[in-house]
Amino acid sequence: MVTEPLAQAAAAPAAAIKAEVRDLSFYYGDFKSLKGISLPIEEHKVTALIGPSGCGKSTLLRCFNRMHDLYPGNRYEGAINLFPDNVNILARDVDPIEVRMRIGMVFQKPNPFPKSIYDNVAYGLRVRGLRNKTELDDRVEKALKGAALWEEVKNRLDEVAFAMSGGQQQRLCIARALATEPELLLFDEPTSALDPIATGSIEELIQEIREQVSILIVTHNMQQAARVSDYTAYMYLGELIEFGKTDNIFVKPQRKETEDYITGRFG
Amino acid sequence: MQLYSRRVWTNRIGIALSMGAMLFGLLALLWILWTLFYNGFSALSWEFFTEDTPAPGSEGGGLRNAIVGSLMIVGMTTLVSTPIGILAGIYLAEFGTTSKFAAMTRFVTDIMLSAPSIVIGLFVYALMVATLGGFSGWAGSVALSLIAVPVVVRTTENMLLLVPTALREAAFAVGAPRWQVSLKVTLRAVKAGVVTGILLAIARVTGETAPLLFTALNNQFYSTDMSQPMGNLPVVIFQFAMSPYENWVNLAWGGALLIALFVLGVNILARVLFRKKSTD
Repeated sequence: MVTEPLAQAAAAPAAAIKAEVRDLSFYYGDFKSLKGISLPIEEHKVTALIGPSGCGKSTLLRCFNRMHDLYPGNRYEGAINLFPDNVNILARDVDPIEVRMRIGMVFQKPNPFPKSIYDNVAYGLRVRGLRNKTELDDRVEKALKGAALWEEVKNRLDEVAFAMSGGQQQRLCIARALATEPELLLFDEPTSALDPIATGSIEELIQEIREQVSILIVTHNMQQAARVSDYTAYMYLGELIEFGKTDNIFVKPQRKETEDYITGRFG
Repeated sequence: MQLYSRRVWTNRIGIALSMGAMLFGLLALLWILWTLFYNGFSALSWEFFTEDTPAPGSEGGGLRNAIVGSLMIVGMTTLVSTPIGILAGIYLAEFGTTSKFAAMTRFVTDIMLSAPSIVIGLFVYALMVATLGGFSGWAGSVALSLIAVPVVVRTTENMLLLVPTALREAAFAVGAPRWQVSLKVTLRAVKAGVVTGILLAIARVTGETAPLLFTALNNQFYSTDMSQPMGNLPVVIFQFAMSPYENWVNLAWGGALLIALFVLGVNILARVLFRKKSTD
């Protein structure tokens, strides 16, 4: 069950792997929430994690930027190797801050900082020590363009971010994550708080930024997974049930559990 | 139907009782304000702010030395207790959520919050006045700071704990270290609440008398030297109100009105600030 999808991915020719989850288990205190997950994340592709509530998809996503380190009692077992340098980002001697410098995240609800639009996007750059005004301006503009927001906000960069609509705020959060040019971008149900039109624009955006960054997205909307992703992993109760090309998962899933979930018989 | 009418009546009785309690509280407050205005308003004159406290038996006089002394002592208290209180509050909310040391700090802070102010006055008397050889404005500020710091600590902590996890995680997710997340994101998000806490602490210490009796004492003359005994409104009110001289008693009423108005103003300012923030 675990080795199979890996073999499948390895067989795909000329696919560069951005990250590889290797036999990852995760514990909230005594509760084993992820059970021996193995999964490749391909470079410049969108990988979707689907499954019913509580299946561990968000938990898995939050392993990638060591979010679990913020709370006591959490424990990882196994590895997530990040390429090209093949470093295990879960290793104790790897600083979570360094990991977060390379792997960005967009959250479920838009969560801009209580700062201006400009300062929101520039925040990550300033954290990295960038002070040069011209360079900051350039990078902010580039990130906002990348998030398809520049035309809407270029004349009001000094306004507080809360004045924007929900969809705009979420695109601002994407711009904030893009500004630091991460190698991998995590999306945790990025459209669940948005209306269909805003959702459409975020999905379009995900398709576009795939050129620059590898993407891992958690969604409980199967249609969304089918629309935006190249690969899909179906999880249930902390286990990876099936992983493969999205087309295959949705058209002819190998396992009955996946089929039941996808056809709506369950979940 | 019977059940329904019983509920209606229970509701009416409940509302009547709570309205009654509110009226009782409001009445007490209005009564105090009325008495202060009635007795104190006539004392508020130009001389009240420009002349110093009169000697026994002399005519007229004002409270300039006491007003300036109170402003200096309370101002110094604010300068000292704001940074200490905010930093300790940040520590409790952001760094020490689970540590034993934080739990202990929280416990001690709670005790300090409810400690009788006269005990704090005596403590500072023993610590500074008895050893350093005299009453001083500094000792007064230290005593008031001991009262103000716990207020600022707890409001800062409580405000920071209200910051949604999502905001904190967002800052961590872009790679910010914890101290930056605290100072530049979460503290900023609750700025209005923290300022409110500081204002409430100022309001709280402005009327404190007991700690100043043992520390700043009083000074009949105008002085801005904080290493000397210092005039201040609460102690002057205490002395003058109980004196046999009519002009002293009048000044005491005026001083009481002034403090009440100041505290009321600070409280209203705190509310306005807080409300403005929550509608942003």
